[in-house]
Amino acid sequence: MNLSDYHVTRTSPAARVAALLGALILIVLIAAPWWAGRADMRLMGELFLYLALASLWNLMAGYAGLVSVGQQAYVGFGGYMLFALTIFGGLHPLGAIALAGALGALIAVPVALLIFRLRGAYFAIGTWVIAEVFRLSFAQVSALGGGSGSSLPVGIVRSLAASRSGREHLSYWLALGSAVLVIAAVYLFLRSRNGLALTAIRDNELAAGSLGIDIWRTKFIVYVVTAALTAMIGALIFLQKLRISPDAAFSVNDWTAFVIFIVVIGGIGTIEGPIIGTLIFFLLRETLADLGTIYLIVLGTVAIVIMLKAPTGLWGLIRSRFDIELFPLRFRVKPSSPSTKG
Amino acid sequence: MEWVNVVVQGTLLGGLYALFAAGLSLIFGVMRLVNIAHGDLIVLGAYLGLSVTTVLGLHPLLALILVVPVMAGFGYVLQRGILNQTLGKDILPPLLVTFGLSVIIQNTLLETYSADPQKMNAGALETASVSAGGLSVGLLPLLTFGTAIAVIATLQWIFYRTALGRAFRATSDNPEIAQLMGLNRRHIFGLAMALALGVTAIAGIMLGIRTSFDPSIGGGRLIFGFEAVIIGGLGNLWGTLAGGVILGVAQTIGAKIDPGWQLLAGHLAFLIILALRPNGLFPRIDG
Repeated sequence: MNLSDYHVTRTSPAARVAALLGALILIVLIAAPWWAGRADMRLMGELFLYLALASLWNLMAGYAGLVSVGQQAYVGFGGYMLFALTIFGGLHPLGAIALAGALGALIAVPVALLIFRLRGAYFAIGTWVIAEVFRLSFAQVSALGGGSGSSLPVGIVRSLAASRSGREHLSYWLALGSAVLVIAAVYLFLRSRNGLALTAIRDNELAAGSLGIDIWRTKFIVYVVTAALTAMIGALIFLQKLRISPDAAFSVNDWTAFVIFIVVIGGIGTIEGPIIGTLIFFLLRETLADLGTIYLIVLGTVAIVIMLKAPTGLWGLIRSRFDIELFPLRFRVKPSSPSTKG
Repeated sequence: MEWVNVVVQGTLLGGLYALFAAGLSLIFGVMRLVNIAHGDLIVLGAYLGLSVTTVLGLHPLLALILVVPVMAGFGYVLQRGILNQTLGKDILPPLLVTFGLSVIIQNTLLETYSADPQKMNAGALETASVSAGGLSVGLLPLLTFGTAIAVIATLQWIFYRTALGRAFRATSDNPEIAQLMGLNRRHIFGLAMALALGVTAIAGIMLGIRTSFDPSIGGGRLIFGFEAVIIGGLGNLWGTLAGGVILGVAQTIGAKIDPGWQLLAGHLAFLIILALRPNGLFPRIDG
């Protein structure tokens, strides 16, 4: 046996096939306005936005160990910034979405400095307090409709595209684009030096710290970047809804509970998990939505059972069974040629 | 005088928040578990009280005799059946499981009792008041505050004067050694949760007499309890009472300035204390 007979690699045939298939699916999805109906496109747009939120929450909870139940703070903040910047700032909606992201990052800095003092589960509830503070504060702003909220003026909606179908296509592409952007960003981040540090922290915080990784700084960067992207997604969500109110914008059920269920069911701490989770979530929703509250009880039960019996989620089960990774993050040792096997 | 009244009312309100917080503090102290479903369990206690009072025609305070044991039993089963499986180094499972539990309880209540706000009828107690030195204080808030003191004193006594309390402290300090000494950790944790939910039942009934409630308010109650715990300092039960009082006074002062500011003022007081004294005012143990 000789060391040169082996090489270390990240890719695998499965990952190459997945990349190819992914590219094909993406092309089909980009072309959706030419093959999908209005209602289907709306549903898919919503699905992509949830996929983006779930991937971001997964990056925080699954990799950085920052379990937040208050991401609705940034969804709502982004939504309100879209309304404020377009109505009072006179910005184009697309510019407002980008600026909402920057402002989200800006506000996340003092928030992080404060709630990073809380550890573990108390951090989680601390994020919820922040979301409540945001909700109550925006409810006080009478220019934005106070507690009852406000609608996006027609003129601003028209500035996106002249025709209704044009606007629908644009908002669909924006949703698709944001999901692709978020997943690509998470993937590239995890492959980078910082991502390696993050994975080390996830696996063993003490050992990572003793190797010289600045744990606080790494987590801080993840929190702020996630906040910025979540705020942009929030702006997009309310660009689709065209109406905002404090209760809808800062809803813990809509923007955090569902997202957590998606990630837990799909598989926390993997890139594939949120994708599978989102598909299952929408499948369940479209079939069980008539049941109303029963549907939520079912969802909660499924999440608890998965957390207890299969904490790595559905993707974790698949991965342990077949040892595949669609988004290659791990390094593997492979024999260089078949003759050197054994 | 007006402001003295505001502070007195806030202090008494703090008693209710201390009751919300006591169960949370107890569970964290014994097993380092943070129960996201705590607020929904408080609301569950209120609804159980409502059912008992309407079905049996009892006074809400007498309903405690039934609701407290029922909630305590539920707590024991919940801990041994589900929550014990989640305990370990990883904080994710208990968090997510109790989060799922919170959604289940909330929607089950919604399914059973509908979303209409409910209230328990406590008769003359609701409006009775005592006057002293120009101040008029409601009997019910006074009773709630007294209950909070009694509950905390009892918990304190259990913790430091009884065999059960010794078992709690031993298991909390070192579960493995406690196990070697013949303590069944799972059973002890079950008892701790039973005790915590017994307290939660009292908190729920006091809440249900004081104000109207609906299935969606659990999250808000969890946050108040949590803020009281953090302000007071982790693991310190009397500190939790002080935390509740500070939160209550901040809220009534906020409400006095502008009714829309009541909740916001409480949260801001919490954030200011978090910024200045991250471990709370009277910390006992590390988070």
